[in-house]
Amino acid sequence: MSSSKALLPLTSGLATLLTLIFVSFAVQAQDSGQRGLDIAIERKQRDVGWQDTVADMTMVLRNSQGQQSERKMRTKALEILDDGDKTLTIFDEPRDVKGTAFLNFSHAKVPDEQWIFLPALKRVKRISSRNKSGPFMGSEFAYEDMTTFEIEKFAFQYVGDDVFRDRDMYIVEQYPADEFSGYTRQKVWIDKERYIPYKIEFYDRKNSLLKVLEFSEYKLYLGKYWRSLRAEMFNEQNGKSTELITHSIEFKTGLEDGDFDKNSLKRAR
Amino acid sequence: MTKIVSKGRDKCGAFIALATMCLVPSALNAREVDVSGTAAIEQRYFLQDALYPEQERANVSVFAQVEIYTEFNDGNDSILFKPFYRQDQNDSDRSHGDIRELIWLHVGDDWELRTGIGKVFWGQTESLHLVDIINQTDNIEAIDGEDKLGQPMVNLNLIRDWGTTSFFFMPYFRERTFAGLEGRPRFELDIDTDRPIYESSDEEKNIDWAVRWNHYFGDWEVGVSYFDGTSREPILTPLIEEESAVLQPFYPQLKQVGVDILAVKGAWLFKFEGISRRTSVEDYTAAVGGFEYTNVGVFNSSFDLGWLVEYQFDDRDNLLLVPSQNDLMLGSRIVFNDVDGTEILFGVIQDLDESSSRAGFIEASSRINDNWKWSFDAWLFSSDEPMEPVYQFRRDDFVELSLEYYF
Repeated sequence: MSSSKALLPLTSGLATLLTLIFVSFAVQAQDSGQRGLDIAIERKQRDVGWQDTVADMTMVLRNSQGQQSERKMRTKALEILDDGDKTLTIFDEPRDVKGTAFLNFSHAKVPDEQWIFLPALKRVKRISSRNKSGPFMGSEFAYEDMTTFEIEKFAFQYVGDDVFRDRDMYIVEQYPADEFSGYTRQKVWIDKERYIPYKIEFYDRKNSLLKVLEFSEYKLYLGKYWRSLRAEMFNEQNGKSTELITHSIEFKTGLEDGDFDKNSLKRAR
Repeated sequence: MTKIVSKGRDKCGAFIALATMCLVPSALNAREVDVSGTAAIEQRYFLQDALYPEQERANVSVFAQVEIYTEFNDGNDSILFKPFYRQDQNDSDRSHGDIRELIWLHVGDDWELRTGIGKVFWGQTESLHLVDIINQTDNIEAIDGEDKLGQPMVNLNLIRDWGTTSFFFMPYFRERTFAGLEGRPRFELDIDTDRPIYESSDEEKNIDWAVRWNHYFGDWEVGVSYFDGTSREPILTPLIEEESAVLQPFYPQLKQVGVDILAVKGAWLFKFEGISRRTSVEDYTAAVGGFEYTNVGVFNSSFDLGWLVEYQFDDRDNLLLVPSQNDLMLGSRIVFNDVDGTEILFGVIQDLDESSSRAGFIEASSRINDNWKWSFDAWLFSSDEPMEPVYQFRRDDFVELSLEYYF
């Protein structure tokens, strides 16, 4: 009895210690989770208010032998403040897909809504947005890599600091909330001053490094919005790469909801 | 995109620009004309000897389609001209041209007006397009019936929060095209397309009209349509004359109510189309419904594997005219997701009443480079039942290789 009584303070002390250690880990985890989220929120917050953009782009697809193929397209995007953005992509090349247009309503919590317009049949087809991990136009970009960044699509974890291209960066890991994402996590290098990504590592469902995306030629628009005019995706597993070049981008062109519906998809040019 | 500026150096560009300047009042300030198009050479080879002496085992066919587009008035107005011409080695009826589109589009705030010769698609299913009725089928082009003739029309679309309502006024009717005696596949008797019979006393000048409402509610796409006018589908009646017998197309007046629905549930797409038709000859109901399920990145590859299942129903008794009476289509679509955009679609349409009656098809295509593409198509027909439409095609199994040029 007495011995057990004597032991009692010791066990409770140990328990307290263990609890303390556990709590501090949890707090630390919570801290880095909170910090990752804070960085992501700041990133999103600094990019609010751009309203709409119209961009002209080329994708250069290269295989490991250095053979290349091009895609030319134009995109229109509309900022939706309380939900994901709306984008309309019109393809110009390759020639056989010229006039094909793709409409995406990105959503934070429910699956995206997508339609494709097939010009030969004059047909608008609703498509399943489940195919987010599939290649976009045969490139190394997946459909999910082409959508705009939304906070609700990820859980975040701040994992450290780094210097990349002579700039100070946060490293934040983001874990896709959607079970149909092709990734377990994305490791993002975010500029401490500008709050924009410079590099993203994509880890596949087996958690091995799949692709590395590097953003360059950042340009500031309207004194507030940074846009990368060159993004290069390297597939570490098959040696292929895709370069996404933005030739021009215009902000606040006056696009509205009516420019992003099935009717506008049919007359997209 | 080929942008030919009116100041362009080449003669063709100058000519097109000049033509456009004449067509469009210069006050509208049309400057740019976008020209693109397709040309292809197709080699078809039939696997069996022909049923009829006029027909050959092999056939070469070429076609070209040009698309000339210009917009003006800040893009609120545009004109699209799309002529088409095919030259066929054996079938003189298949050598034909058409204005697929010649249409002026005006876009308002919440409305659109299309005036001219246009093309419209309605519907959701893959194996059969029941609801789609605005354009006549250019039946001579392909066996799947997806090629259409340009339809003269005035089309007003009202775009509202509660959906898009489209009104169509069609002042001129286009007759269905059919293979000639040298054509393959064809019906046993020649179809006398020079002497069609119309129920309407205005014949092809009968004024047809249609209205359609369509909208989407989250995962659901819904369309409801009504058509009143000349039936696009003729009733073929044998006409026996002194030395010959032909099939004469009869185009009755038709009232059609159509419904089309699509639902997205994860990787599943559920599709349905139903029509109810009323003519002076017969009233009937037809429907098609099924699903498409896509497996993304199968076997750890970047391939998508899709499964298509559709059931076709038609309550008409006349077997000969209705291929899709109680039939099941099973198909699969393989999308390679590669640089060349390679895709293969294959399937079988099985008659559930006549086990010997079925049709199989393969469609495959891939890009060679930015301008060239190859495609391979095959159709296989089987039937022991002379009353089945597919019986007419029992000796017409064919493979076709096409080389397509896009500019």
